[in-house]
Amino acid sequence: MDTFYYLIQNMLPVAIPLLLVALGGMFSERSGVINIGLEGIMLFGAFFGALFVYFVQGTDLNAQTILLLGMLVAAVTGFIYSLLLSFAAVTMKANQTITGTSLNMLIPAVILLFSKMFFNSDGITTNKNFYIREVPLLSQIPVIGPMFFQRTYLTVYIGLFLLVVATIIFYKTRFGLRLRACGEHPHAADSVGINVYRMRYAGVSLSGILGGIGGFFYAVGVMDGNVNGHTGVAGFGFLALAVMIFGEWRPLRIFGAALFFAFLRTLAYSVSLIPFLSNLGINQTYYKMLPYIATMVVLAFTSKKSRAPKAEGIPYDKSQR
Amino acid sequence: MQDKKSPSKYNIKDIIHGKGFSSFTAALLAIALGLVFGFIVMLVADPSNAFKGFNSILTGGFRRVGDVFYFATPILMTGLAVGFAFKMGLFNIGASGQYTMGMYFALYVGFMWDLPSGIHWVVAILAGMVGGMLWGFIPGIFKALLNVNEVITSIMFNYIGMYLVDMLIQSNSTMYISSTARTNYLSRDVQIPSLGIQGSNVNFGIVIAVIIGIILYIVLQKTTFGYELKATGFNKFAADYAGMKGKRNIILTMVIAGGLAGLGGAFAILAPSAITGSSMTYEPINIIAANGFNGIAVALLGSAHPLGIIFSSVFISHIQRGGTLASLHGYKPEIIDVVIAVIIYFSAFAMIMNAAAGKFIRTRLGKKETVAESKSIADQNAADDTKEAK
Repeated sequence: MDTFYYLIQNMLPVAIPLLLVALGGMFSERSGVINIGLEGIMLFGAFFGALFVYFVQGTDLNAQTILLLGMLVAAVTGFIYSLLLSFAAVTMKANQTITGTSLNMLIPAVILLFSKMFFNSDGITTNKNFYIREVPLLSQIPVIGPMFFQRTYLTVYIGLFLLVVATIIFYKTRFGLRLRACGEHPHAADSVGINVYRMRYAGVSLSGILGGIGGFFYAVGVMDGNVNGHTGVAGFGFLALAVMIFGEWRPLRIFGAALFFAFLRTLAYSVSLIPFLSNLGINQTYYKMLPYIATMVVLAFTSKKSRAPKAEGIPYDKSQR
Repeated sequence: MQDKKSPSKYNIKDIIHGKGFSSFTAALLAIALGLVFGFIVMLVADPSNAFKGFNSILTGGFRRVGDVFYFATPILMTGLAVGFAFKMGLFNIGASGQYTMGMYFALYVGFMWDLPSGIHWVVAILAGMVGGMLWGFIPGIFKALLNVNEVITSIMFNYIGMYLVDMLIQSNSTMYISSTARTNYLSRDVQIPSLGIQGSNVNFGIVIAVIIGIILYIVLQKTTFGYELKATGFNKFAADYAGMKGKRNIILTMVIAGGLAGLGGAFAILAPSAITGSSMTYEPINIIAANGFNGIAVALLGSAHPLGIIFSSVFISHIQRGGTLASLHGYKPEIIDVVIAVIIYFSAFAMIMNAAAGKFIRTRLGKKETVAESKSIADQNAADDTKEAK
């Protein structure tokens, strides 16, 4: 039972970045813009979030307050970085995949450049501890307590809160409906007075905000508050895209997909703690490949009948029919 | 009707308005913007040395011509791998994984197979090609038969390939020396013969790479397969309707692209070393090969044209060498990765910017001319119409 609790406790901080970034990708793609650059946006948000933590960790601010402020910094910087994508993809009608790829390539180089010049290392190392040993009172509840309220991070609760907010925005507001229309049939949306360009900017910006937060939460929950230019976010931005496709571009299914992938990854990194798996004597690298292989298997089964937004990847041009 | 307009083949106006020229100026525009951005980053990072550092980026490569061609070899191959798939409308972001697999296969043949010295390196290169082909084949199958986006597949296979190769190398005691955490030295007869330029490792790989580029150009321009490829890239549905085997072509394209990237990996690892008794080595530290991503920049700058890619790979290699020299002025070589990323960013919409700039210039300078031209075309059209009516 302890192993089970251990897996759950470690899985949630991993699932939250995947969830948030995949939700970001969902907003972007449902508005009609493919966002391959999520990996770069994550790293950008993580870098500035960690930079913020680095500068304030000496002050006597509460760790959880710092986390919230760092989250805001990451959200704003992620938003700014995503403007590069929306400018190229919406205003300039550029190829969205190429633009996204360039965003992914730019930021690790920038991080390495500046970290090497100013910190003499490959990234930023912070010494703030965001770990929550146990939430008072709630951690005493049997079963649920050890699963959700012990040895966790604040990021888990914020992530779940953002999931609820995103779902409401997506399904229950006028904005969400319009956004979805722009990804399915932008010309029809335009004909009833919706500004497609503005909606697409909004979609990409939301993905920037969520991507930045997701990146920072990755740095907090998975990397212990550190950011490294070499490893970056280890393909989490791409995994999030797979999560989004597996989740069929819908918030709640994305949540399920994120939990699935996070479980596989946690399993891969805690093989030595599980007697059953470590007794099999399989090289640990196989387990590290597991999330990526699982992605392929899942996509192979779900992509045949793709539910992708119809207009995604096609720059909107008013004068075309 | 266009033939009638250009009696002389080398009419300057036709060249300027031609597609090749406009993609050339678009590439120049992207490069210029990338370099300007790099310069700004250098100014922010360290204003006092910015001019010196920037100068060494621009001109440093001229002092290391041999090295420029040596480092151009792998990115020329990955550039061809990306560009070739691009012609068909496929975005082969998996060149990194294919490159790594090619490198591993070449290493495996180099270490584990005992072959006569004359053909050992040739077989190793071919093995590299096979390794890359295998890693291109899988995304091709996924795309053609299961409708999985090739971008996601090839990214996933970049990671799978990287972990797999690192694991295979680390668990092989002939290949891997754990004390140095690197691969062992390859024997002399697996190394590609050097071109003999003093102070650099430039080798026959670049010659083979350029020849492959030219062959690809011929394949694309002069063969049915190349035509089908481009037709599918322009309009998938029209190509299907015309009876072209879209699925087979997708798989074939990805296999060829993978083979090209795999050759890049083989060329990189089998390059000769100037120091006797040593060779190129590989360090399995779970990092995705950068040469694959630089291939994307090379392919975009060369506007996916094989001959353009040959030149753009040399250019990228040139500024990379310059970037290493910029470290003499306190900058890190990563500055070039920044420049390359910005170049890719702008080349994604440089064609549009270029068209807008061209339109602006034409409307300002050649208003009369264009009006006259369009009028004559309109007249001709009218004449044709009447002819048809009769």
